[in-house]
Amino acid sequence: MASVMSQGRTSASRHHLRRTGGQFLVYAALITWTCVCLFPLFWTVTTSLKSARDVTQGHLIPWIDFQPTWKGWRSLGLSPDTIFNLSDPREEFLGRFANSVIIAGGASCLALLLGSLAAYGLSRFRYKFGPMHNSDILFFFISQLILPPVVLALPFLVLYRELDLLDTRFGLVLVYTLTVLPIVVWIMRDQFNAIPIELDEAALVDGLSAWGVFLRIVLPIALPGMVAAFILSLVLTWNEYFFAALLTASSAKTLPVMVASQTGSQGIDWWSMAALSTAAIAPLVIMGILLERYIVKGLATGAGK
Amino acid sequence: MRGRAAASRRQAGRALILVASIALVGVILLQILRAAGEIQVGFANWRPVLYAYVVWAIALGAGQVLMHGERGRRALFVLPAVLFTVAVVIFPTLFGFYIASLDWNLSATSGPRFNNFHNFVELFNDPDYWNALTNMLFYVVAVLVEYAIAFGLALLLTAEIRARKFFRLAFLLPFMLSPVAVSWMIGKSIFEYRFGPASNFMRFLGWRTPAVFAHAWTARIGIEVMAGWVAIPFIMILLLAGLQALPKEVQEAAQVDGASAWQSFWRVTFPLMLPVSITALLIRIIFQLKLADIVINVTGGGPGGATDTVSSYIYRVYSDRSNVGYGTALAMFYLVMIIIFLTVMLRLANRWTRNLT
Repeated sequence: MASVMSQGRTSASRHHLRRTGGQFLVYAALITWTCVCLFPLFWTVTTSLKSARDVTQGHLIPWIDFQPTWKGWRSLGLSPDTIFNLSDPREEFLGRFANSVIIAGGASCLALLLGSLAAYGLSRFRYKFGPMHNSDILFFFISQLILPPVVLALPFLVLYRELDLLDTRFGLVLVYTLTVLPIVVWIMRDQFNAIPIELDEAALVDGLSAWGVFLRIVLPIALPGMVAAFILSLVLTWNEYFFAALLTASSAKTLPVMVASQTGSQGIDWWSMAALSTAAIAPLVIMGILLERYIVKGLATGAGK
Repeated sequence: MRGRAAASRRQAGRALILVASIALVGVILLQILRAAGEIQVGFANWRPVLYAYVVWAIALGAGQVLMHGERGRRALFVLPAVLFTVAVVIFPTLFGFYIASLDWNLSATSGPRFNNFHNFVELFNDPDYWNALTNMLFYVVAVLVEYAIAFGLALLLTAEIRARKFFRLAFLLPFMLSPVAVSWMIGKSIFEYRFGPASNFMRFLGWRTPAVFAHAWTARIGIEVMAGWVAIPFIMILLLAGLQALPKEVQEAAQVDGASAWQSFWRVTFPLMLPVSITALLIRIIFQLKLADIVINVTGGGPGGATDTVSSYIYRVYSDRSNVGYGTALAMFYLVMIIIFLTVMLRLANRWTRNLT
């Protein structure tokens, strides 16, 4: 009896030991990967506060390794002492920033509008366009995800030249909408499928039309999913480079094109590049921190099917 | 009485669509004739055709409602997206197949010239293009490594841990970043040969000349590290959602059976996660096949084409020669390859899951 008990105790303590060991490994892995994710951000933000000597000597930690200065931000015209002065780089940056906001926001809104309507229709009604039924139409939308930008880029270049849409914000909005539309349809259809159809039927009995049901009953319930689809679209369009590089020249240039055009030049100003990168990624990083749970939830329903 | 009203409505709808169609065709014909130099009247550019298409689309929608009533109103949900897609995806793709058969230098004055599908002959004799295609194999296989890491992270996040929300947020952040900014932040700065922290770290590990982007294989891996860094969060979230949706009872039953964590993962969790895994892998591979921005911005395809993706190669060919015909031919051939590849992969994945379950 005693031996059994002591055996039990040693196995329990061994179990405990293995558990704490396992816990230790789990946290070690978590912290390692957190460093992998956050170090480049830390490096970029701190580099924007370094002077030339601190960059070349590879100093890392502000106030201990090096004394932060506003050098990088001054070259962008965004440091505290230059923010009220006139500055050409800042004008350029703000112009590109506005382009990015308008183009990414516009395309995401348009894709959300078209995609949600189509997804709701496909989730609720039966269609027949020629030989195509609902599942074919859905496949028609989602299959466009495989189309690489490079296939459409050169035809668009030629078409936009003829349509006089090259280097316009509207032209880029159209292109970006088509790149995110399949994803919006994919997420939103699962969102609408998750809402019980009995709800629609009850509202229809109460005398609402199909559009009334959609706008008054279903849309408010599907709102979190729409936020997720919108954020995902915004991430993809805000960061898009390929189309923007080919289809814009000056007036409709977006932030990624501006960042890329600075890296190409010889003898990079580290601090100003770092400041520019920080400013370019900051909006999405902040949005990611604030709206993280929507992204996770939205993709979660997408992955379900 | 009611029947007659419905009939007249139906006729009005049909008439509306007919008028709008005639207007659209008329505007297109006018522009074609003008472009051919037959007539002088018409518009300075093709944009009125775009407006005419929008007007036609609205008339089509209104006509549907007039003709079919409630059924037409339901069609209005899907119609805008379909018409949009036809206009901006289907039409440009078909137009692309046409361009692909031309010798067309945009910066020359000579204009397009049909060249007997010479583009496709040239394509088969273009070693750089085939090199880029083989590189894509590497980038696609590397997705499996991304998947393994993402799966590990998803498992970590479902373990009993404190500060789960913080870790999930930290792991997600790279996904929000622009690949162009990442190209600079990591590729040009952290991997900087002289004083980048990654280079210093590799010197510390004993690699005397850590010039990552100077050697073919290290450059390729360097590009993939950046692409993976941005993309792993996306796979991770899809897998995380799948893990959280798993029935708890099955996993508990496996534990009661005395299976070790390793065994219960391979026997229970992994097979149950296969459908989600295949979705996640498929989407990630589709995105990986579009990889271009990081390559263009960090290596420009070098050294010696070692890091070229098809997209970055076509981008470079177009910037060098501004021949849209040849560039489009390369892209169209790539599209066909992608479709074949993905179809085969889907079939294999389906058969594999069926055998396993």
